[in-house]
Amino acid sequence: MSSIVVNDLNIWFDDKQALRDISMTIPEKGITAIIGPSGCGKSTFIRSINRMNDLIPNCWIKGKVMVDGKDLYGPDVDVTEVRKRIGMVFQRPNPFPKSIYENIAYAPRIHGIKDRKQLNEIVERSLRRAALWDEVKDRLDRSAYELSGGQQQRLCIARALAIEPDIILFDEPCSALDPIATARIEDLLSDLKNEYTVVIVTHNMQQAARVADRTAFFYMGELVEFDDTSKLFERPDNELTEKYITGRMG
Amino acid sequence: MSIFSRNARERIYFTMFRLCGGLVVLTLLMIVSYMIAGSLPVLDLSFLTEPPRGANTRGGILTPMIGTIHLMAIVFVFAVPVGVLTSVYLSEYQRKGWTSWFWNMIISNLAGVPSIVYGLLGLALFVGFIGLGRSLLASGLTLGILALPIVISASREAIAAVPRSVREASIALGATKWQTIWHHVLPYALPGILTGVILAMSRAAGETAPILLTGAAFYMSSMPDSLFSQFMALPYHIYAVATQTMAGMNGSPMVYGSALVLLALVIGMNLFAIIVRKRYQERYRW
Repeated sequence: MSSIVVNDLNIWFDDKQALRDISMTIPEKGITAIIGPSGCGKSTFIRSINRMNDLIPNCWIKGKVMVDGKDLYGPDVDVTEVRKRIGMVFQRPNPFPKSIYENIAYAPRIHGIKDRKQLNEIVERSLRRAALWDEVKDRLDRSAYELSGGQQQRLCIARALAIEPDIILFDEPCSALDPIATARIEDLLSDLKNEYTVVIVTHNMQQAARVADRTAFFYMGELVEFDDTSKLFERPDNELTEKYITGRMG
Repeated sequence: MSIFSRNARERIYFTMFRLCGGLVVLTLLMIVSYMIAGSLPVLDLSFLTEPPRGANTRGGILTPMIGTIHLMAIVFVFAVPVGVLTSVYLSEYQRKGWTSWFWNMIISNLAGVPSIVYGLLGLALFVGFIGLGRSLLASGLTLGILALPIVISASREAIAAVPRSVREASIALGATKWQTIWHHVLPYALPGILTGVILAMSRAAGETAPILLTGAAFYMSSMPDSLFSQFMALPYHIYAVATQTMAGMNGSPMVYGSALVLLALVIGMNLFAIIVRKRYQERYRW
């Protein structure tokens, strides 16, 4: 339930600039979609919000990403705390090769929760919120790999919910899923947006139009336009945006 | 145009390949059957449970077998933590660049150092400088160093095989790098690491030169009583019986018997490694 204020964000990989002077304010709650052609920097952008780009050697970052007024790249920031408040769901479902239960319980455990009863509650609550509980409640001890792709992705969402984040980032969460599984994830997103600030990267414009309250269009590392989804898709201000959403580019 | 048709050539090549493959299998079968045939007269339980007697001319191989098992234990205790932690450092913490290139070179060259050179190192370092004397510990540590590069390269491969997506999943949940390594990378890499460890140990079990210089005894009437006493070991025992006894020089079954036991030990360990790898491979499929 936090807003994200991005201020003059620039990111380089080696000497190649991936993001250029990004400034935008993502208000709290609701769904904000990031669209744009491949290589436009949308994944780099979303990964800078929970500092996942830190893992990439030779990645340079200038500028500010503020959550509730605090700069995530400030000098005395504990990056694990940042990631605890800002959950992430990845492009391909990436459950741990452990049981369904252990997948969810892992994060609360490493953040210090040891009590079995409390863990059980967290597992059930997270799975319920990810609309997976009814499908897996009888086989929590089975391997997560036995689930279907869509179920695995919902498990990954449940896993992210288990640390009680304020913000959840989705990096093209449906690109490896079939249409039915995609629809379920989209329903879930619509539920989650009342409680969490949701940011989703998608290469699927229809998906952005379906689920997002606001949409940002990135092109060549720059933020071209950011507006309410209906406005951006119906009356874009920028010519590039119009070209992209009408399919004449990208 | 060739004098043979394409099909005929195909058959000729495949026959050739099959023969080469067959040769390899045949070699192992020949070694094993030769050992078994040669050792038949001494093969019974007492061969394993009795110490050698009469300056290696009679009796069994209990003392050298115990020595080799002790050596393996020391190698395990030394090479596993050092090797695994080194490979964790190299694959997870070391920055890419010329230093990692340098490390890679050191380790791959270390694997190519002749075992007698390790023996000399052990003699100078453990026996002499550190003052362990000619002992189980000095030999075990020397073999441990010899086993290190094998453990390290196997562990690095196993660690590198853990997909990035799993590490990212853990990091994105607010885990520290070490928590990610401890809870995910190491457990998933364990089968590969274990395989490397077992291979390294079976290699060390068969080495003669390093222990010859650092503590293996030609003949002992008693078991080693501490880490600092000398010991007998199977590879050196084979050498000793084969070259220093009249019977041995005439092809005594005792030589073959000892060799067969050593072979069984090493092949058994390799089989165990294969089974472990197979079982875990099914568990962690990405």
